[in-house]
Amino acid sequence: MSSSVTVPKSALPQRRAQSFISRLKSGEELAYLITVTAAAVIILLTALVLYELIAQSGQARHKFGWSFLFTSTWDPVAGDYGALPFIYGTVVTSVMALLIAIPFGLGAAIFLAEMAPPKISNAMTFLIELLAAVPSVIYGVLGIFVLVPALQKSVVPAIKSVAGSLPIFQGTFYGVSVFSAGIVLSVMIVPFIISVSREVLLAVPRDQREASLALGASQWQTIWRVVMPNASTGITGSIFLALARALGETMAVTMVIGNAPQIKASLLAPGNSIASMIASSFTEATDDLFLSALVELGLVLFGVTFVLNGLARILIMTTQQKGAHK
Amino acid sequence: MTRRIFGLTVAVVALAGVAAAALSVTGAGATFPYPMYSKWFSDYHKMYAGIEINYQSIGSGGGIKQVTEGTVDFGASDGPMDDTQLAEFKTKRGCAVLHFPTVMGAVVPTYNIPGVTGELNFTGEALAGIYLGKITKWNDPAIASVNAGVKLPATDIVVVHRGEPSGTTYIWVDFLAKVSPEWKSKVGVKTAVNWPTGLGAKGNEGVSGQIKQTEGSIGYVELIYAIQNKMSYGKVKNAAGVFVKADLKSVTDAAASAAADMPEDFRVSITNAAGKGAFPISSFTWLLVPEKIADPAKKKAIKDFLTWMLGPGQKLTGPLAYAELPKSVVAKETKAIAKIQ
Repeated sequence: MSSSVTVPKSALPQRRAQSFISRLKSGEELAYLITVTAAAVIILLTALVLYELIAQSGQARHKFGWSFLFTSTWDPVAGDYGALPFIYGTVVTSVMALLIAIPFGLGAAIFLAEMAPPKISNAMTFLIELLAAVPSVIYGVLGIFVLVPALQKSVVPAIKSVAGSLPIFQGTFYGVSVFSAGIVLSVMIVPFIISVSREVLLAVPRDQREASLALGASQWQTIWRVVMPNASTGITGSIFLALARALGETMAVTMVIGNAPQIKASLLAPGNSIASMIASSFTEATDDLFLSALVELGLVLFGVTFVLNGLARILIMTTQQKGAHK
Repeated sequence: MTRRIFGLTVAVVALAGVAAAALSVTGAGATFPYPMYSKWFSDYHKMYAGIEINYQSIGSGGGIKQVTEGTVDFGASDGPMDDTQLAEFKTKRGCAVLHFPTVMGAVVPTYNIPGVTGELNFTGEALAGIYLGKITKWNDPAIASVNAGVKLPATDIVVVHRGEPSGTTYIWVDFLAKVSPEWKSKVGVKTAVNWPTGLGAKGNEGVSGQIKQTEGSIGYVELIYAIQNKMSYGKVKNAAGVFVKADLKSVTDAAASAAADMPEDFRVSITNAAGKGAFPISSFTWLLVPEKIADPAKKKAIKDFLTWMLGPGQKLTGPLAYAELPKSVVAKETKAIAKIQ
């Protein structure tokens, strides 16, 4: 609350200056200035990144125009570049990672917040947050040496015997694939969903739960119909955070995805993602058009993140509205 | 008394400042020769404490770019600069850029075929056919005909290549383009190409890891990597029709046979070299030095280093499994050092 006296507009300039000075002395103006500057710097940095992406990709944008988004060739020799296989790879791996991570993540968060005794809950939360701190290169190395052989030997043959006729599971599996990348990504993003969702679930007021139990609901009914809707904004926030990480993940993906710029219906085929392509090619890109095409890929990733987040928000809003009308 | 102490302190600091003023030369570029350059630069510094050469292995593309921009004193690349890049260098820096071969490397085909433990023979056409996706089974006549006595199974060939741009790829596809006109027209030669088929792996480690795990796979790795990791690799038929196994001698032989026709600027590809003992998938790696160096101390340091590199430096290549330059090339290069103004 401002400590200054409310002065009518018609007051003498002298009195208005005095109240400004008193606000300044009390630190109000300074606090306002600092927080506004901090927020402005963030926005300015984002704008600067966007500006640089647009400027450095100029050569590729002029050469390819919008067809960059729809072309599938990536030919450095002929100087012909297209982003479609990478957009496909990025979207498919991220969506697959989310589809796996959300049920596991929410389930674990609900267990830790609602059902586990406090000691177990705290210990397990600590371990899960450690998972989030593991560098992504380690995930990549574990992916190649542990996950991929395990998938090749047991998991994929099992999937193929059950669902082998589906187009998404056709073809020979060589280990490195979109499927492996999706699984590695899901392991990486699960800790984000768990830790944020758990915090949000714990923050739901006790009286909500008690009221629901008092009305005769079981524990699960309470969780599903009272606690979770209360925490839904926080949970969706955690899912957005997880999606953002999945879209931008570089090292772990590049080691297990197979680096093949192609679009295949089967998840078992190798593919490539935008971040993985940029990271692996950037230092060795010898000509300006190649570099420019890579920067344009970065700009496309910016756009893909924007679009996916927007779609996710629309989806959330429509489900929430439906829920409200019930 | 205080004035004396003050004077002494100033003198000591000044002396320390003078002693610490070593000449610093910076370079950046190729990752392939990094272990060799690392040893050379550190040994050179031990001999001449006043000269410190710093090298960052950021990749051949980065090396070319940085030396063109002038942020480093010299660059290093596994592939020579092409005409566009040379012209760009001239526009940006106002002088030409000189290429100095330093060591040699080779790329070998490595494979994992169930039931086959020995060394296979490969012709260039067979390798091109495999990488074009036209030869799909191991018992294809193109492979079986040169491997009499080896029981090749009817397994599918799984092609493994590099996912990211690299000098190793450049040497490999350069060779394929020379032995296969179809490869040359359809795919071309560059550090990264539009592979007709196959899985991409990251680095030599990625390729060898993928091959170990995949039955029926074939890939290409640096010779040094194969030697140090005790991998089995095949022989390749050279231009003289001999199936040669890659080792330090056969790689040096490849350059020796190419030395006679070598252009003055050393920008030459020595894949598929003539000569009976030559390994056909060999290559130089180059240091890129501007023709005009403004700073006289740096110019002397670089010229002295190059002279040392061509002499005692070459003796250090064997233990690190790099192939040394043949004497004919060394002689030509020593003359070329004088071009640096």
